[in-house]
Amino acid sequence: MANIMIRRGAAGEYVFYLPKRDLEDTITSMEFDQADKWGGEIKLNNGGAYYVDPMPAPPKLPISVRARRMDAAE
Amino acid sequence: MSALTREETEALIKEVLEVYPEKAQKDRAKHLAVNDQSIEQSKKCITSNRKSLPGVMTIRGCAYAGSKGVVWGPIKDMIHISHGPVGCGQYSRAGRRNYYVGVTGVNTFGTMNFTSDFQEKDIVFGGDKKLAKIINEIEGLFPLHKGISVQSECPIGLIGDDIEAVSKKGAAEIDKPVVPVRCEGFRGVSQSLGHHIANDSIRDWVFSRDGKDVKGEFVPGPYDVSIIGDYNIGGDAWSSRILLEEMGLRVVAQWSGDGTLSEIELTPKVKLNLIHCYRSMNYIARHMEEKYSIPWIEYNFFGPTKIAESLRAIAAHFDDTIKEGAERVIAKYQPMVDAVIAKYRTRLEGKRVMLYVGGLRPRHVIGSYEDLGMEVVGTGYEFGHNDDYDRTIKEMGNATLLYDDVTGFEFEEFVKKVKPDLIGSGIKEKYIFQKMGVPFRQMHSWDYSGPYHGYDGFAIFARDMDMTINNPCWKILTPPWQKKPEAEEVAKAA
Repeated sequence: MANIMIRRGAAGEYVFYLPKRDLEDTITSMEFDQADKWGGEIKLNNGGAYYVDPMPAPPKLPISVRARRMDAAE
Repeated sequence: MSALTREETEALIKEVLEVYPEKAQKDRAKHLAVNDQSIEQSKKCITSNRKSLPGVMTIRGCAYAGSKGVVWGPIKDMIHISHGPVGCGQYSRAGRRNYYVGVTGVNTFGTMNFTSDFQEKDIVFGGDKKLAKIINEIEGLFPLHKGISVQSECPIGLIGDDIEAVSKKGAAEIDKPVVPVRCEGFRGVSQSLGHHIANDSIRDWVFSRDGKDVKGEFVPGPYDVSIIGDYNIGGDAWSSRILLEEMGLRVVAQWSGDGTLSEIELTPKVKLNLIHCYRSMNYIARHMEEKYSIPWIEYNFFGPTKIAESLRAIAAHFDDTIKEGAERVIAKYQPMVDAVIAKYRTRLEGKRVMLYVGGLRPRHVIGSYEDLGMEVVGTGYEFGHNDDYDRTIKEMGNATLLYDDVTGFEFEEFVKKVKPDLIGSGIKEKYIFQKMGVPFRQMHSWDYSGPYHGYDGFAIFARDMDMTINNPCWKILTPPWQKKPEAEEVAKAA
């Protein structure tokens, strides 16, 4: 499990930030991005994938959440 | 000498690495790269923020240097105790030239050195009693101070002193904030972790006070901004601040050059955080974005091109009055910039520069050099992370050298082969390269000059680069017995 931060980038896209590794990347896809469900599997531009427990509503961004690493691109 | 091609640069790196034993060679190879602008992610070409190898020369600092020397030190109305043996405080005292206004020793303490001066008995029996005594002594001797920060040196962590408990007790006694900072030098691989620890201590110990130290009522305005990560080296923050104020913004806080405790406590009330040094203060900006919903942007006040770009980017966050203000400021200074470029560009055109500094400079000053017609052919960070290199790749030309935590040997060899016209690096490199006959500027604290930020700073920057590169002394470095005979003939004839 890793602490990550998700925020909005300048162009309105989601930006992923992993402080431990200073990894900053855009999120290419998020499994659930609807009014009633937000989170799930997150795919990064560098090929990595993380899992965030789905929330009942889109949170106020930026937000720090716990995420599980599914597939990290090295 | 014309610019190196990609193959030549790769061959150069290989040649320099050859002297190392196999294991060291493998490790150092990861830290040296040829720039390729098509790469999006820096970690594909360069590794950074790793422990330096024992046995090679590095110029990195420690976590204490990052916290006391960089982030906390310039906060002028607080007293920063170097808690531990006397040396760390003395050798980090005022060397960075963080200018400030105020009466030193009365209401400001920037250039003074406060230390608990640990002796053997303090190591054996613990230094908590001494710290408590110091806090009370400071309150008696310097009643106008606004707070105290306790900057731990290595022994504090090793002997396990409880500085948090002493600080809490002391804060209650003197009714002023006492901030314990766990920035023992052995933490992390460089000063970079010290920045992070210092940012976290501001978050935990200063923001939690909710503006208790602010005198009078603060009325938030629509154009409030803060300058974050400008340490006012040689007056940098002042030459940045006037530009922002001229375009109509209100600068509430300066972090941390010429900054005060109440400015820092007011920062959560601003509308936009402006980050100059991303490396040392992005942590607190990210925290403020999450907790107080304050957006942040990075800006660059080195050189007219980048200043204009940054002013417009900052103005884009506000309404039309600020946007007009930005254009007005750019137009106002344009004649001055044109005069500076007209004067110096002919003297500096085509000169090649190699940089090796820390923080924001390896990428931020590139624009300044380019405005003067110069070219940066190599750059590197002492303690940068991946995200720094991500931002650098786009600024640097293709096939230029990138070096992370470069060793003394590698840097010398690169300079011998690349033969730049100017090197910008720190004091430890200065005399080596000057003796090698290469013009050198000490770019950590602007070689006792400055400011270099803003339009006023650009004029000083251009003058300094000209007086270094075109200094006649570089021509008389060859001793008479090594001079070529033709030169002698010419001299006699003249």
